[in-house]
Amino acid sequence: MAIVTYTQQDGTSKDVTVKIGQSVKDGAVNNLIPGIFGECGGACACATCHVYINDQWVEKVGPAGDAEKDILEFAEDVRENSRLSCQINISEDLDGLIVYVPDEQ
Amino acid sequence: MKVVIIGGGHAAGQIISSLLMDEDFNGTITLIGEETWLPYQRPPLSKQFLTGEMTIEQVTLHPAEFYETNGVEMKLGCRVNAIDRTARTVSLENGETIAYDKLALTTGTRVRRLSLPGADLDGIHYVRTIDGTETLRNNFAPDKSLCVVGGGYIGLEVAAAAATSGMKVTVMEMDERVMNRVVAPQVSAFYEKMHRSHDVEIRTNVAVTGFTGQDGLMAITCQDGSSFETSLCVVGVGVIPNSELAEDCGLKCDNGITVDQFAQSEDPDIVAAGDCTNHPNAIFGTRIRLESVQNAVDQAKAAALSIMGKPAVYCAVPWFWSNQFDTKLQIVGLSQGYDQTILRGNPNDGAFSVFYLKEGILIAVDAINSGREYMMGRKWIADHVRPDPERIVDTTISVKELI
Repeated sequence: MAIVTYTQQDGTSKDVTVKIGQSVKDGAVNNLIPGIFGECGGACACATCHVYINDQWVEKVGPAGDAEKDILEFAEDVRENSRLSCQINISEDLDGLIVYVPDEQ
Repeated sequence: MKVVIIGGGHAAGQIISSLLMDEDFNGTITLIGEETWLPYQRPPLSKQFLTGEMTIEQVTLHPAEFYETNGVEMKLGCRVNAIDRTARTVSLENGETIAYDKLALTTGTRVRRLSLPGADLDGIHYVRTIDGTETLRNNFAPDKSLCVVGGGYIGLEVAAAAATSGMKVTVMEMDERVMNRVVAPQVSAFYEKMHRSHDVEIRTNVAVTGFTGQDGLMAITCQDGSSFETSLCVVGVGVIPNSELAEDCGLKCDNGITVDQFAQSEDPDIVAAGDCTNHPNAIFGTRIRLESVQNAVDQAKAAALSIMGKPAVYCAVPWFWSNQFDTKLQIVGLSQGYDQTILRGNPNDGAFSVFYLKEGILIAVDAINSGREYMMGRKWIADHVRPDPERIVDTTISVKELI
């Protein structure tokens, strides 16, 4: 189990318990976090689970893979710390992770 | 407000999420599903679920606690007999009657079953449900032979999953090329070559006429008189919308349940979403029925808004994907009726895309290991752009500068 904090652009946030092995996207959809859909179920095909990683976590979460980069490049308002949350699997190392949900997917 | 949802697939799962996330919703939700499983994602069935890379838990949209915590009543393994629109009730096969204020039909599709001689023999499988796919997977074994009837997405994905599992796979396609209905010849050729390079035998122009065997399947017979020995077969020849319940209660249906741009049926208290609907799409200026997750999810969101009395138009560029071996095919738009294709990149490089035009306007892009073209395609198609073929083929021009 790891705690992940999802913060919306209006500043509201929610702490969620995510099972080890589940993705940051799974944690969001199972807890009705607005703004994260993950329609393709983690196949890296839809860019509806875009999040920004809190600066302090960027290194631990690591960079996007090639296929993810291709998709991310064209998502709305992409930044240095953008990732597709379906591609981030929760490990014990990520306990306490903070992500920001974009205004638009 | 009492919301009842018939059908427990991806669209149903999204309607539940959307309603629960709506601040104005304070009603109850009851889901009636024929399958015994909680709503799950079907796309992995013919891919990672079949190879064993994904478990049932991983394909499940939300865990059981999600429905419990949010007070959603799940009636799984239940069939609906009829809808009474005057009384606003649905009657179940088990004799129960359930009242609704708003009803959502997310009944999906069922596989088209072959009606050929011997088609009910043991050993002939279909991939649409967890149960059916699990039974097939239990019959997978290295070096065992598998024959796939139908060279569409499902057939080819199953072939790739089986070949990856070490099986000897043969695909029989009645048309002259695989995926004939949905992609251009260049894309079919690429996939045929790729499958062959993984030792999958692709036979085109083959019409299956029947199945023979005693206790179980032993051989498949073809129109040219040949016979192919195998004890395991997967049939992937399309699906049929489950619109009978809607038809029986007098709702208009025409290749699916007819709904408007708000996912609303003729009855103000009944919405429908997902593979089972025939709906208008303003981008393409026509009515369509789609078999896709994108449509299930996006239309379900519109259906939830209609239930809440705040209708919003559902109009999206459709998108699809197919994973076979290490190759990712991403499709955006609808290529039916195209009169010109433009190839960008070289299929021999393993990454390329095909642009489909109709009267000069971009209507679809097939992107093979080319996520950039796919993502830009979504915007271009919605904007009805007229691409310049000379620029599209020039791979020295970056995707963002193409149009």
